[in-house]
Amino acid sequence: MNEPIIEIKNLVREFGNKRALDNVSMTIQPGTVMGLVGENGAGKTTLIKHVLGLLKAQQGTVKVFGMDPVSNPEGVLSKIGYLSEEGDMPTWMKVHELMRYSAAFYPTWDDQYAMKLLEEFKLDPGAKLSKMSKGQRSRAGLLVAMAYRPELLVLDEPSSGLDPIVRKDILGAIIRTIADDGRTVLFSSHLLSEVERVADQISIVRNGKILISDNLDTVKESHLRATLLFEEPLSRHPDLAGSLTWSGSGKEWQLTYCGDGKSLDAAAKLLGAKVIERAGLSLEEIFVAQVGAA
Amino acid sequence: MQIRITEQDGVPIYLQIVNQVKFLIASGRLTPGEEMPPIRTLAETLTVNPNTVARAYRELENEGIVTKKRTSGTYVSESGPRLSRDECLKILTERIDALLAEAKQMEIGNDEILELIKQRNHLMTNGEPTK
Repeated sequence: MNEPIIEIKNLVREFGNKRALDNVSMTIQPGTVMGLVGENGAGKTTLIKHVLGLLKAQQGTVKVFGMDPVSNPEGVLSKIGYLSEEGDMPTWMKVHELMRYSAAFYPTWDDQYAMKLLEEFKLDPGAKLSKMSKGQRSRAGLLVAMAYRPELLVLDEPSSGLDPIVRKDILGAIIRTIADDGRTVLFSSHLLSEVERVADQISIVRNGKILISDNLDTVKESHLRATLLFEEPLSRHPDLAGSLTWSGSGKEWQLTYCGDGKSLDAAAKLLGAKVIERAGLSLEEIFVAQVGAA
Repeated sequence: MQIRITEQDGVPIYLQIVNQVKFLIASGRLTPGEEMPPIRTLAETLTVNPNTVARAYRELENEGIVTKKRTSGTYVSESGPRLSRDECLKILTERIDALLAEAKQMEIGNDEILELIKQRNHLMTNGEPTK
């Protein structure tokens, strides 16, 4: 197997006495799209800041392209395209100034590609960033993050507060980035429907811990919703290993479940119940069930 | 090729693509020998991960529904699916069981279902009536 693009091991970060990241481990292989999901304040941005070398690991290790991003910032950052939620952009600049400024930083800057994106995003090169709409400013940020064809694209809540058309541009950019000879993407979002569309790996973060980090397909296949029919009415839901959430009453109870279908059948049988219905869950439902149960 | 993806239900996206391609072929909107869109194009149109589209194409290829040609792209198979007749009947039996169970719940009789199947088949063969 190739060397991972990002390898984080047992990362711990505390701010004062608050543990923002608690023993976090994560591996991202080349050519994959890792979707980082979690509630606000779960630790997504803190994790991303470690990848960019903006924060130093207090415990554990962070390696990006096999290097330490804190001690080797130019080696790492020259290969990363980064767009943050509020685009910490020099808003006094005009679009063409921002492009010239960014081009100077990156030897791999592709002028032709930049012009193509400019046209595609319908950006006015003479417009001042501070005078542009939030959506257009994000597109400008995306342009300079992509135009040097970085090996790794890092997007921190890129579509937060943007209209659906800009969001589609951003998702399109993610897709093109990996369709372009297997580049890699790390993006955080609380819009799970978007993550479900474009990610092939996901990590669910809660209170600084990683609840799940796996293939999206594997995660989807290992979660289901089922309805159990009991012979006698129950006053409360039974204990069943792997169950996440319960609802129902009397003889019929519905649960969300993490595990494989056969173990559920066996567990239900032991409780004297029959599985009368089962269905897959959307990523959003999985997230709610996992976070609710944790 | 008209495909719609939804994230609302639990069906994995690759499977949604597989099922809809099968439907498009069954209803004659994709014909044998027709070229499928390249993975990258379909991924961009649907805004889904190219690996997901690739997986859907792989499934379709394994089932013999599409054929990949070495030099060019992916095409709808000339020969039709390579599933054995028994396998086909098994899949259909499962579907019919589900249909019958649901119909019973809705108190719709067998004759009515048969009539509905004929109607739908007529539409599929002759296209939607123009209004």
